[in-house]
Amino acid sequence: MAKNNCNLQVNCENGILTAKLCGELDHHGAVAVRTLIDAEMTRCKPQKTVLELSELDFMDSSGLGLIMGRYALAQRMGGEFSVSRPNERILKIFKLAGLERIVKLEGVVCEKNKKERRKANETKGN
Amino acid sequence: MKPKGTKNSFTSPVINEMSLKLPSLSVNEGMARAAIAAFCSQLDPLPVEIADIKCAVSEAVTNCIVHGYKERVGTIYITVKLCNEGIVRIEIKDKGCGIEDVRQARQPLYTTDAENERSGMGFTVMESFCDKVRVYSKCGKGTTVTLFKKLQGK
Repeated sequence: MAKNNCNLQVNCENGILTAKLCGELDHHGAVAVRTLIDAEMTRCKPQKTVLELSELDFMDSSGLGLIMGRYALAQRMGGEFSVSRPNERILKIFKLAGLERIVKLEGVVCEKNKKERRKANETKGN
Repeated sequence: MKPKGTKNSFTSPVINEMSLKLPSLSVNEGMARAAIAAFCSQLDPLPVEIADIKCAVSEAVTNCIVHGYKERVGTIYITVKLCNEGIVRIEIKDKGCGIEDVRQARQPLYTTDAENERSGMGFTVMESFCDKVRVYSKCGKGTTVTLFKKLQGK
């Protein structure tokens, strides 16, 4: 199978599980991401689960399902859950489903800052 | 009924046209939206418009894979037309199982596949990110979704 466009890094420290998603999250990538996050959540039983989306460039409604599912799992496990730094685009999709009223959001930045950061990253990268 | 011409009818002359045929494998979702976005760039869209198109296409293609061809691999047929006045018309068709009740399927949060964590927001995303979405479906024959988008400032 071709590589997943969504790159996932999971880190569990001091009861906080951080799952950082990079690239593009669609229906194809969601299954693998879900399996990995769930395995880690079951393994380390975090007090808090954070989905870090600052480097997620694309997400469709499959991502909504993934986020809702992890939120439900965290609830069942009695832990906190939040989504960190989604970009404007992803926020737009959140709002369609009213997700921002259910799930706690952290560090929402405006598009201008995001652009500046991307620019800074590009200069650094080249 | 609104009289003809009060709403954009999206019938401008075609400038360019592309057809794509792909197997309904989820691994092809990324390619489909990237190819369509690249083709649309001929009309010089804004980054946000490209993002809208990619997301809407991703939803429609995912529907063909997850719902249209549920139990098998079929062919997804895509036609993209770039028209005068910055109008983009994207037709995404499958010859799968079809939708029994299109009106119900288009309701936000409605899904027939909750156990696989489908959010039921596919059509809502398409409708929000495009100017018009047309769905034609026949049980046992398949579904055709047409996305219309008018690019601003064109």
